[in-house]
Amino acid sequence: MDKKKYMTVDGVPVEINGEKNLLEIIRKVGIEMPTFCYYSELSVYGACRMCMVENEWGGFEASCSTPPREGMNIKTNTEKLRKYRKNILELLLANHCRDCTTCEKNNDCKLQALARKFKIEGVRFPNTASKAERDQSSPCIVKDQSKCILCGDCVRVCNEVQNVGAIDFAHRGSKMTISTAFDRPLAQSPCVGCGQCVAVCPTGALILNSEAEVIWKALHDKELKTTVQIAPAVRVAIGKELGFKEGENAMGKIVAALRLMGFDEIYDTSLAADLTVLEETNEFIDRLNNGGKLPLMTSCCPGWIQYAEKKHPELLENISTCRSPMQMMASIVKAQAREKDEKHFHVAIMPCTSKKFEAIREEFTVDGQRNVDAVLTTKGLIRMIQEAGIKFSEIEPEAIDMPFSTISGAGVIFGVTGGVTEAVLRRVSSNKNRAELVTLANVGQRGEEGIKEFDLPFGERTLKIVVCSGLGNAEKVIKRMEAGEHFDFVEVMACPGGCVNGGGQPFAVREEKSKRSKGLYDTDRLLSIRRAEDNPILNELYNGVLKDKVHELLHVHYGKHK
Amino acid sequence: MKQKIDFSVLDQAIKEYGNEEKSLIAILQRAQEHYRYLPEEVFAYLAEKLNLPEARIYGVATFYENFSLEQKGKYVVKVCDGTACHVRKSIPILEALRKELGLSEQKKTTDDLMFTVETVSCLGACSSAPAVMVNDEIYPTMTPETAVALINELKEKN
Amino acid sequence: MFKSVEELRVYREQCKQLLQAEKKKIIVCGGAGCVSKGANKVYEKLVKVMSEKKLNYTVKLEKCNEGDSIRLTKSGCHGFCEVGPLVRIEPQGWLYVKVNENDCEDIIEKTMLNGECVERLCYTENGVVYKEKKEVPFYKKQTRVSLDNCDKIDATSIEEYLANDGYTALEKALTEMTGEEIVNQITESGLRGRGGGGFPTGRKWSQVARQKNFPKYVVCNGDEGDPGAFMDRSVMEDDPHRMLEGMIIAGIATGATNGYIYVRAEYPLAVQRLRTAIKRAEELGILGDNILGTDFSFHMNISRGAGAFVCGEGSALTASIEGKRGMPRVKPPRTVEHGLFDKPTVLNNVETFANVADIINKGADWYKGIGPEKSPGTKTFALTGNIKNAGLIEVPMGTTLREVIFDIGGGMRGDGKFKAVQIGGPSGGCLTEEHLDLPLDFDSLKKAGAIIGSGGLVVMDEKTCMVEVARFFMNFTQNESCGKCVPCREGTKRMLEILERIVAGEGRDGDVELLQELGEMISDMALCGLGKTAAGPVLSTIKYFRNEYEAHIYDKRCPAGECQKLKRIVIDPELCKGCSKCSRICPVGAISGKIKEPFTIDLNKCIRCGSCISACAFKAIKEE
Repeated sequence: MDKKKYMTVDGVPVEINGEKNLLEIIRKVGIEMPTFCYYSELSVYGACRMCMVENEWGGFEASCSTPPREGMNIKTNTEKLRKYRKNILELLLANHCRDCTTCEKNNDCKLQALARKFKIEGVRFPNTASKAERDQSSPCIVKDQSKCILCGDCVRVCNEVQNVGAIDFAHRGSKMTISTAFDRPLAQSPCVGCGQCVAVCPTGALILNSEAEVIWKALHDKELKTTVQIAPAVRVAIGKELGFKEGENAMGKIVAALRLMGFDEIYDTSLAADLTVLEETNEFIDRLNNGGKLPLMTSCCPGWIQYAEKKHPELLENISTCRSPMQMMASIVKAQAREKDEKHFHVAIMPCTSKKFEAIREEFTVDGQRNVDAVLTTKGLIRMIQEAGIKFSEIEPEAIDMPFSTISGAGVIFGVTGGVTEAVLRRVSSNKNRAELVTLANVGQRGEEGIKEFDLPFGERTLKIVVCSGLGNAEKVIKRMEAGEHFDFVEVMACPGGCVNGGGQPFAVREEKSKRSKGLYDTDRLLSIRRAEDNPILNELYNGVLKDKVHELLHVHYGKHK
Repeated sequence: MKQKIDFSVLDQAIKEYGNEEKSLIAILQRAQEHYRYLPEEVFAYLAEKLNLPEARIYGVATFYENFSLEQKGKYVVKVCDGTACHVRKSIPILEALRKELGLSEQKKTTDDLMFTVETVSCLGACSSAPAVMVNDEIYPTMTPETAVALINELKEKN
Repeated sequence: MFKSVEELRVYREQCKQLLQAEKKKIIVCGGAGCVSKGANKVYEKLVKVMSEKKLNYTVKLEKCNEGDSIRLTKSGCHGFCEVGPLVRIEPQGWLYVKVNENDCEDIIEKTMLNGECVERLCYTENGVVYKEKKEVPFYKKQTRVSLDNCDKIDATSIEEYLANDGYTALEKALTEMTGEEIVNQITESGLRGRGGGGFPTGRKWSQVARQKNFPKYVVCNGDEGDPGAFMDRSVMEDDPHRMLEGMIIAGIATGATNGYIYVRAEYPLAVQRLRTAIKRAEELGILGDNILGTDFSFHMNISRGAGAFVCGEGSALTASIEGKRGMPRVKPPRTVEHGLFDKPTVLNNVETFANVADIINKGADWYKGIGPEKSPGTKTFALTGNIKNAGLIEVPMGTTLREVIFDIGGGMRGDGKFKAVQIGGPSGGCLTEEHLDLPLDFDSLKKAGAIIGSGGLVVMDEKTCMVEVARFFMNFTQNESCGKCVPCREGTKRMLEILERIVAGEGRDGDVELLQELGEMISDMALCGLGKTAAGPVLSTIKYFRNEYEAHIYDKRCPAGECQKLKRIVIDPELCKGCSKCSRICPVGAISGKIKEPFTIDLNKCIRCGSCISACAFKAIKEE
């Protein structure tokens, strides 16, 4: 066995155990280094220089990019470092819009937090924040140059992880900006609205487009019936900021809070996900049996749909015609409302920013009326709960409203990568006993890897199945398809890890993200109904509102996006 | 003024340098030489051909001084403001040229697209300071007067 | 296409014989300085005169007629750009300066046909006429190694390079030495990178040789962007094969098979010359697959810069070759492990490669014999600014600043008094009178707070304002900052802001300290070498000329009299007759007074236009 290797951090000896960089070593000692541009999921950029450490010879090294070496002796907090970090913060603030109190990210801003920690008491330089107008062209994301600190996190996530490349660095030096090509509005760029850039932005330069105002207005309108659906991934991500543990299912509290806010009826999107399972499975089997276009690619992720439309229109025929669970539920809700001729406002609470775009798509409007009238992200919901003054930790949990209250575990796990696939497998499998569920959980679709692939025997043949999350990973699979590789079923989620890590979720580091996935799998395990087809509500729906309207209400054909 | 873009020069450059990211700068240089600036249409075309995001190409084009997104004049006059030229008074030359042509720091090109006046960090012709470069030719030891005379000479040529 | 080393040797011998057959030679300097001063016209006129006289002459290395045939050639830069166009006469070694078309008749008639020296064309200093080039003070203290061929050969001819023992080092490296032996010889010679940092070249090569990740690359940094530096340009334009030879040898030594030369955009001629050189080398089998019949292959590519100073930094340069924005990346990993296309890469500058062939041929000891022990060899410098003999020089390391400025450079231009020299461009610092006897080598300069950098030497006299110099460099760096790291992007912007207000007379108490605070932070915190040195000119001018900063800030006065906004116009009460002409001509009504009594100027109103000065009949108004 190799001899153990040690180095010293602030006088404390630390064992080096395969850590990539000094940051990880320093964290082991129990010290949190200030950083703006370091994320373990992205390439090392090393530009903010906040994480610099001083070595024993008085030299300086960036802890994010320096690998630990045996015998190294570093200090993380010296007189010079403290002064320099203050300098850097002051310089960033000098070039920054400092209207903190009216900023969306107030109290949730890294720059603000560090400025406070380091006690920056004044800025000795004239303010030169950008005067450029906010780009509000996108239904999903708002970009504000005056709050950008050029850490490049958004650029890397957009390019490295998502392969979208909507934004990049432009110009250089003090004129450098984060920009679309020719600084066009985001809406005219290849942006798919996944919101991953918003998730990593340390300041208010990239924020979610909020629809809270129209929702409040609807809630205060006595004439309107307001209904709301809640996506699976929301319940396991909302808690942390409201006093829960990360990954803890807070559905009951959410329902209670929404009632207090004034919603008339509250539904669970998981039910619509059950519908999606049935429809998508039918489509899959039909394509398998009748020589239809393969692979069948999933359709529930709007970021992925936009990506395909903009970059791979040739794949649109592969994509399932199933509407996303959000839209399935909304079309049913609105169809029923139309039957009753009631004035109805339907809100969808989603972990996703791209859903905001999906909601305004022409395909999902009837006579000019959106099926989903407003999309609220998890973060947006937290804000509204706080605004309403609801003490989330003190209210008693409540149950979902009928008729959309019964859900299956299959629908719940839609919120995590591999969930759609697993739900479909449960449906496809002829073995309906409980042990089979355990077998199906372990065929290869679970886990946090970006690309998971496995073979599954199905009758006479073997199905080749791929599950990918993160559009960059999707692109890798597409490249392989282009090179001639055959797959039968491809699940694509735009956000790495699936909807639990959607752009509309509160920021989380890797370990927290894992807890969210676990939260959904736990919920699934505790439910009495685990298979979509066992959900009794579905039968009612198929015999009721969906009768002769399955295609009209549950399916869609996407076209090339202009 | 929207000109019809002939992409054949780009096709030729792509053929020569290869349709990969590492050829991007060479291809943009060819385009810059041909069109004397980089028309917006070039970006979408190259994005497709090289399979690169348009924003990245825009990022590269705006990083390097030699690429211009605006049309430049027939004669690009570069006044060297390197150390040697600066010490030997290059700024009065720049000012004289701008005055003569009605240009400024913001407005670099004359309306008739004849002249563009800009500064360059160093032409590497320090022994001939202060130097001015017109297209590819260097004019040594200039004064504000000789620079203006040079402009007039070029005007008469046309 | 030569298939063996022997075939190349035979061809070289032929070239040598042709060269030896050339008895009388006229060498016209074709360097950029001389060309801009009319060297091409001189060359053409010489051809015309010789044709008219029906003389036997050749313009390239070819079989010349017996006896009195004249060889006319256009070489690269001779370095003495100040007095160009230059013409040299061989075999006498006479140097003619400031030659124009009208002198050509005399050169042919008197010198070529009658062997007389045209003295009026010779360089004269302090009444002494210097006939021979080697006697001219400018050349006397120089030792030319990397620039050796520049003033001799026609850069477009591989034959002339061969005739001057070109590619013999390559032969030796290919046939007599192992890669390890080459690395050892370079290591032993003590050669240090000429691009600025002075990193030992041998160590760098051995680190690349050790890597097992193929392919490997050899990259030549020809992005000489320092304002005031043009040494590498001369090598690339005037002796391109010397550089190619050094790069190929680096390939043999490290196992690299591909070379990239990154040439800055402003050097179109260098690109053209290098292209020609690569093409000819490929035609002769010196570059390409199986060089000279051996199993070593090496391919050479040229990347043209697109205008970004920061691309002189290694990782920015490789990013640029890869077609990306030239933004430096964090290190480690280092270029020797993950360089171009993420592969092991030897990255050296032009001058470093230009030294390789001689070290292989003449041995490590020969090289170590030049200059001081820790910084052996020669160094090229571009001598510019307020100096009499501006130009390109090469001296042994360790030569003192005094020798360079006063012996070679001929002292100050005009009647100016030496004040400071800026060395190492925007990354460097300034040296003052107290440093005149400082030996120019890596370590001595570092100790004095400056760097050799690429070797630009800008001499300044007492009319140069050091605050303005600092502002100028900061403006440059600020413009060229890539924008990636906060210290450089935001820090240089603020430093420039402060310097701008100081030279405009709006400096505040505490500004010098703030400049120092920011400067130190940038030096310690910036991401790349350029950022780390960006504050150099400011910090060193503050160190040596703090009083000038203070005069600007507290007295609102520019001691050098350079800062326009700080100029004061005053009326000498002794000379003023009170005629009121000045107050009538003043466009802003800044001058007032009683007739027949001395007038005064309100400096708050005065816009320093100078109208009053020219209007005054009694020379009573002066700028201070």
